[in-house]
Amino acid sequence: MGIEEKLPSGFLLDTVENAAGWARKSSVFPATFGLACCAIEMMTTGAGRYDLARFGMEVFRASPRQADLMIVAGRVSQKMAPVLRQIYDQMPNPKWVISMGVCASSGGMFNNYAIVQGVDHIVPVDIYLPGCPPRPEMLMDAILKLHEKIRKEPLGVNRERAAAEAEEAALKALPTIEMKGLLR
Amino acid sequence: MPDFLGPVSGFGVTFGAMFKKRLTEQYPEQKKITAPRFHGRHQLNRHPDGLEKCIGCELCAWACPADAIYVEGADNTEEERYSPGERYGAVYQINYLRCILCGLCVEACPTRALTMTNEYELADRSRASLIYTKQELLVGLTDGMVAPPHEMYPGTEDDDYYRGEVTAAAPGTTTQRPARAADDQDGGPSADSQVAEPVRAEGRS
Repeated sequence: MGIEEKLPSGFLLDTVENAAGWARKSSVFPATFGLACCAIEMMTTGAGRYDLARFGMEVFRASPRQADLMIVAGRVSQKMAPVLRQIYDQMPNPKWVISMGVCASSGGMFNNYAIVQGVDHIVPVDIYLPGCPPRPEMLMDAILKLHEKIRKEPLGVNRERAAAEAEEAALKALPTIEMKGLLR
Repeated sequence: MPDFLGPVSGFGVTFGAMFKKRLTEQYPEQKKITAPRFHGRHQLNRHPDGLEKCIGCELCAWACPADAIYVEGADNTEEERYSPGERYGAVYQINYLRCILCGLCVEACPTRALTMTNEYELADRSRASLIYTKQELLVGLTDGMVAPPHEMYPGTEDDDYYRGEVTAAAPGTTTQRPARAADDQDGGPSADSQVAEPVRAEGRS
């Protein structure tokens, strides 16, 4: 990434974090990645009635090289999985992923061999959005929650510390085998 | 109209649109009220005296086309009663990453314990935090309700509850503190809260 990653610890880092976070969240460019019926709702959200331009993200880029948000809208088949991963790899850092709709998030009602059971098997997902399909307000709510996450994104040393803390917490977490029901 | 005025008349349409009413919804600032029967997040209802309506029959889980619901029933006892009648739903989980909000579970529910709200802002950061447990699904207590477990209204059967003859908790009803959960701080509402809670806290942070 840029020079903001190279700042020494404690020197203006919080200020740069705030400024970079605010700039990043104010102009997120989504990549067009509509796969199924959720894409219809995604297009509606981008169109005049709901108007994503109000959040500075009206341009859905056709090229992943110009995009920094992938909205995976719809069920991902096994055959689509490598394509999706390639699109993700082609996006420049920093990049984010919204898994839109139940099929992308967990396979939804398509619990079969043709569908990837959750797009987080392929790419790291930042926000999961339930709904079948989610209404445009739900997508906008997910986008706003993502904006909040982007705004507070740590940089440089802080990012390394946050990553170490997350790993520590994950190691301490209760193993899923000991949980009950759907949590297992 | 002469030919060279054609392009100009096109601007007339643009000009006219400037005076039309704006259609854009200002979502986060002004939320549009959903249709009254909008299929949103579920809720588990209570009887007017605070006892849970869910009897742990698992018909909702059977009806679910996406296998999003997990129910574990348990027996009510006189020392620990969560619902009128024999059984109650001890563990109740809905996975909102599977749920397609079709409402077949609501149709299947024999006691009208499960209904849907108009709440739709469900997006979250982890898969575990989108599995809603009984704590999140149960509706809050209102006037005249006492938190379960507590005994049924004196002199009534479970049928009387369904006929709507119980309108509030009997005076002097208190929450039971059964021996198993007595050492818990909050009285230990259900088994799933004890198991699922550490993970949920992790997911939300």
